[in-house]
This record gives sequence, structure tokens and C-alpha cells, in this order.
Amino acid sequence: MSKTDYDTATAASAEQVATGAEQDDAASEPIVDIDDVTFGYTATPVIEDVSLTIDAGEYVAMVGPNGSGKSTLMQLLLGLLEPDTGSARLFGERASRFDDGERIGYVSQHASAAKEMPITVREVVKMGRFAHLDLGRVGGENRPILDALRKEPLATTFDALNTVFGRLSAADWRVVDDALATVGMSAFADRRITQLSGGQRQRAFIARALASEADLLVLDEPTVGVDAESVDAFYDLLGALNAQGITVLLIEHDLGAVVEHADRVVCLNREVYFDGPTEEFVESDALARAFGTEARFLSGVDR
Amino acid sequence: MSTLAATFLSGGSAVADLSMVLPLQFGLGVVGELVFGALLYILEQWYWLLDWVYYFTGVEMLNPDYRYMHRAILVGLCIGVIAPLIGTFLVHRQLALIGDALAHTAFAGVAVGLFLNSVIDLGVSPYLTAVIVAMIAALFIELISEVTDAYNDVSMAIVLSTGFALGTTLISLNAGGLAVGVNQYLFGNLATVSPQSTAIMLVLFALVVLTVVFTRNQLLFVTFDETAAAVSGISVNWYNRVVVMLTAMVVVGAMQIMGVILVAAMLVVPVAGATQVSRSFTESLLLSVVLAQLAVLLGIGVAYYTGVTAGGIIVLTAVGIYVCTVALGKIQSALGEQATPDMGSIDADGEVGSGIESD
Repeated sequence: MSKTDYDTATAASAEQVATGAEQDDAASEPIVDIDDVTFGYTATPVIEDVSLTIDAGEYVAMVGPNGSGKSTLMQLLLGLLEPDTGSARLFGERASRFDDGERIGYVSQHASAAKEMPITVREVVKMGRFAHLDLGRVGGENRPILDALRKEPLATTFDALNTVFGRLSAADWRVVDDALATVGMSAFADRRITQLSGGQRQRAFIARALASEADLLVLDEPTVGVDAESVDAFYDLLGALNAQGITVLLIEHDLGAVVEHADRVVCLNREVYFDGPTEEFVESDALARAFGTEARFLSGVDR
Repeated sequence: MSTLAATFLSGGSAVADLSMVLPLQFGLGVVGELVFGALLYILEQWYWLLDWVYYFTGVEMLNPDYRYMHRAILVGLCIGVIAPLIGTFLVHRQLALIGDALAHTAFAGVAVGLFLNSVIDLGVSPYLTAVIVAMIAALFIELISEVTDAYNDVSMAIVLSTGFALGTTLISLNAGGLAVGVNQYLFGNLATVSPQSTAIMLVLFALVVLTVVFTRNQLLFVTFDETAAAVSGISVNWYNRVVVMLTAMVVVGAMQIMGVILVAAMLVVPVAGATQVSRSFTESLLLSVVLAQLAVLLGIGVAYYTGVTAGGIIVLTAVGIYVCTVALGKIQSALGEQATPDMGSIDADGEVGSGIESD
């Protein structure tokens, strides 16, 4: 995907979000809403008075030096940690109580996912469907299970049994195959994940998020240990997905990639140093202030 | 002990309590009898099946005069299914040694059972007390890891040695029963597999298999990627507790034949072997069960005909199979490096994107 395509796509998605908001008030509610959150593992806070909202369709990058609380903030907004003060809301619900797990796709660092487990790419992507396997969906959309039982007793019972036993339906498998095709990994579906390169592995994890039909994609330093060529392809994929309307939150140490790809940058070091469009971030002195002496690593970034 | 109980019972409220407890105890007793009866019926059918196999094949080990061998084979087959089934979820989380820790606490449970039987004449199977103590220890290890945010091999080592120390102390207090009791539990024994302990094994087998069948998706997700599993709404702590509790059950179930010291091997060795040659997770799960069955049946056969301890020979067989799979895995990867398929191009321009372009 070329740079121009990408720009058109983002503009288009912004437009789409705008029209979406007019049509539906509920859609205008921010996906992530962190309000004045403070959190510390000990008495010293790691995150202090941080507020952050992310709307549907945004492509946000979170940057900050090592130990700046990026990962902690990510865990707070995903509801894996409870803030000491302030509130963290996800899709309008309290983050720690949020249980529509399928709406969030999480891609962790390459290193932590590298296990010597015998598991194929398809089996990994299949995990994205697990959150969909609840009895609520038996009998189809907006149709109570008893009603469905009366009309189609055999098919409904079969569906219910499959769901209870955790078996994916044909429709689930189609979603899995589509997700594999979207990231260009169909040919690798039956490969063991340990045989893949870092870039291929991360694509498989993206496919898992796609299979769960996530609205929000959260990526924690996804390109650590991935070769340069694959990194480019990876960011192209993220851009394309964002253009489709998926909200992307990227936690990244590679500032070059952030400046090139994200629309909005949040610069964090215990508190928010900068939150705004990428162009303004490049012009501002937030980097130097947040990173301190580490700022010398930023010389590669085009100003 | 009995004076303590007498003081407790002489209290005014205890009399009222007793009238409520007795029917409850009676009810539980009836249910227990019914379940035990049903399990004995299954056991009778198993004897009948193996009798037929004996008449057709003439294998001496299956002689109807040796009912204990029939029971040992049934228990062995159950171990060969449930141990690798749970082991798969442990090995891939670097928890291979948790089985060992729980086996040693199960030994403390056996000692508690023997102690209670000799002191207050409770008449309870030591395997039952072993299940209870091992499950409490399992929960304890899990809670420690939840509080400290990691499975800590130090805490596991402490639980392991505490269990064994408690066991030896209780057994030496309970003088007299020492010589008979301990060897059987430490090293396992085919000849001492009673109908009662076979029934306990069948219950544990059903519990473990059913739990894994219903929760295998969640267990796989938690095993493979704990954070992503938590984000997708799976209660990771809850499933971790389930796994350690099931491990405790497997360990006690397998202890009758394998013995405390060797039981953990059945959780680990077949799984390690299957990992060498499997291409997918499902395949590794099934293959580890096949390898474990092979080890158990060969081991019991060899033990019967040569008179050596079954636990030891089963583990040696399993390790032999493991060595073969390592060699096979090496050959497989040397031959199997075929052409790498071309990576497909990214195709994210779905209906949403094309719709916008046409606007």
C-alpha cells in the first residue's frame, strides 16, 4: 500500500466515523475513556493524573521511555488493573467489569509469545472465536433460545450442544479463514507457529484479533525482534485495517514508525507530556522533555 | 482426642446440632453407597470383558483368578488418559514440576488418612484423604503465585518438602503401620489396587476428562497467551486454579500404581515426547495419550512377567519412547524442510474500503 493510498484511506475512515457519529449517538461514545487516573504498584505512582480518550476509528500511538508506565496504562485501560484513583472506561463500561472480550484484539510482544508449543497458525487464529462461543448466540440474532427451540428444535439443540462443547461452527471457521487471508497467511495455516519468522508470527496474532471481530486493536511493542522488511508490511497491514474502521492503539518504542504511521501521538512518562496530531508532536519539544537524555535516539526522526 | 470430642459433644448446642447432622450424614452415606455400587457394576463389566479377552487370547496376565491385575490394567488405562491430558497444559507453561510437589503433599494426605484410621478408627481410604490434602495444597500453590504474580519454584520446593516432612512425621507417630503402609504409597503396587481405590480412580477419571472436554478452549488460550486470554474475557486465575486442582486429582489417582516418587513422570514424559513430533496442538494432545497408554500397558506387562516394580518400569518405558520421538523429530525436521510457501499479500481492502472509494 503506497503512502497516497494510505492517506486517502485515513481521510476516508475519518469521514466515515464522522457520518457514523451523526447517525448513532451511542457510536460517538469514546472507546477508551481514562479520566484522571493514578496508579502505583507501591506507594510511588507509575501513572499520575492521566486522562485519555480514544474515539472509534482513531490510530493512536503511545510512546515514552522505558519504565514510563506505557504498559501499565495499557493494562489499566484494558481492565487488567484497577486504578487507585480516577476511572477507566472501555466501550462505556467500567474497564475491569468489561466482559465483551471479543471486541478487543490484543497483540503482545513477539518475545512473550514465542513458546515451544506445538500449535499451528490456524489453531492460534481459532482462539479469536472462543469469546463468541456462548449460548447467547444460539438461535441467531435477537432470538431467545426458547423461541428458537420451538421453531427448529433439532438444529437449535445441535447448535447449543456444539457451543457447550466449545466446537466452532462452519461460520466460525469461515471467519478464521477470512482472517488468515486478510493478513496473507493462508498458505501458512497448518504450519507450527514456532517455524515462522517474527513478522509472520505477528501477522498470525493480528489474524487472531481479526477473527474475534475486534473493534479495538491493542498492540504492545509488536515489532520487537521483527526484521525491517516485515515491519513495513506489518504497518501497512495496520494502516489498512484502520482504514476499514478498526481503532488501533499502538504502544511503540520505535519513534520513526510512530511518526510515519500513526495519526495521533500520546507521549507518556508517568504523566501525559503530549497528546495530539503526529505533525504537532514532531514540531513540539515534548519528546525532549519526556525522554530527557534518551532524546538523542530521536535524531533519525524527520523534522 | 476423644476427650476433646466428648467435651465438645457435652455442650448444650451440640445435642441440637447432632439431630440435624445425623440425617445429613445418613443421606450422604446412601448417595455414597449408590455411587460406589454403580462403580462396582462398571468394574464387574470390566472383569467380564477381560475374561473374554483371556479366553480368546490366553494371555496369562488376564487370568480371571488375578482380579487385581484386571483392576491394575483399568487404573493404568485411566492414568494413561488423564495424566498426559493435564500434563499438556502444565508442560507448556513450564510447570512440569508442580506434579512432583503435589505428589509429595498427597503423601502427607495418605499419612493423615492412616493416622486418622489408627487413632479414631475412621475407616476412610487414605487415597481419599490424599485427594483432599493435595487439592488444598494445589490451591495454596496457586494462591501464592497469584499474590506474588509468578509461579515460584521456591514456594513449590517449600510445599514439596513440607508435604513429605508432614507425611513422614505422621507415619512415624503412627508406629506399627509403618512397614506395610509406606512402601505401597511411595513406589506403588499392582497387587494392592483394591475395588475401592479403583472406584476412586474412576470418579477422578470422569471429573478430569469432563472438565477438560468442557474447558479445553479456555485452558488452551490461557496456556498459550495468558494476557490475551485475560483481555478476551477469560478469568485466568479461575482456570489456573482448575488446572492445579485437576493435577492434584491426577497425581493421587496415578499414585496407586506409580507411587509418590514417580507419579509426576506420567504428567511430563509422554507430553514431552508428543511435542517432539506433533505438528498441531490437537495432534500433540492425542499423541501424548497414545504414548502414555503404550508406556503403561508395556510397563504393566513387563512388571507382571518379571516381578519388578510397575512404576519404575512404566517410567523407563516412557523415557525410552521419549528418546525415540526425539530421534524421530530430528529426522523429521532434517527431511521435512520443504519449499516455504509464498506469503500471501495483505488483503485488507474489504467491503468498507471499497464502499468509501465509490462515494
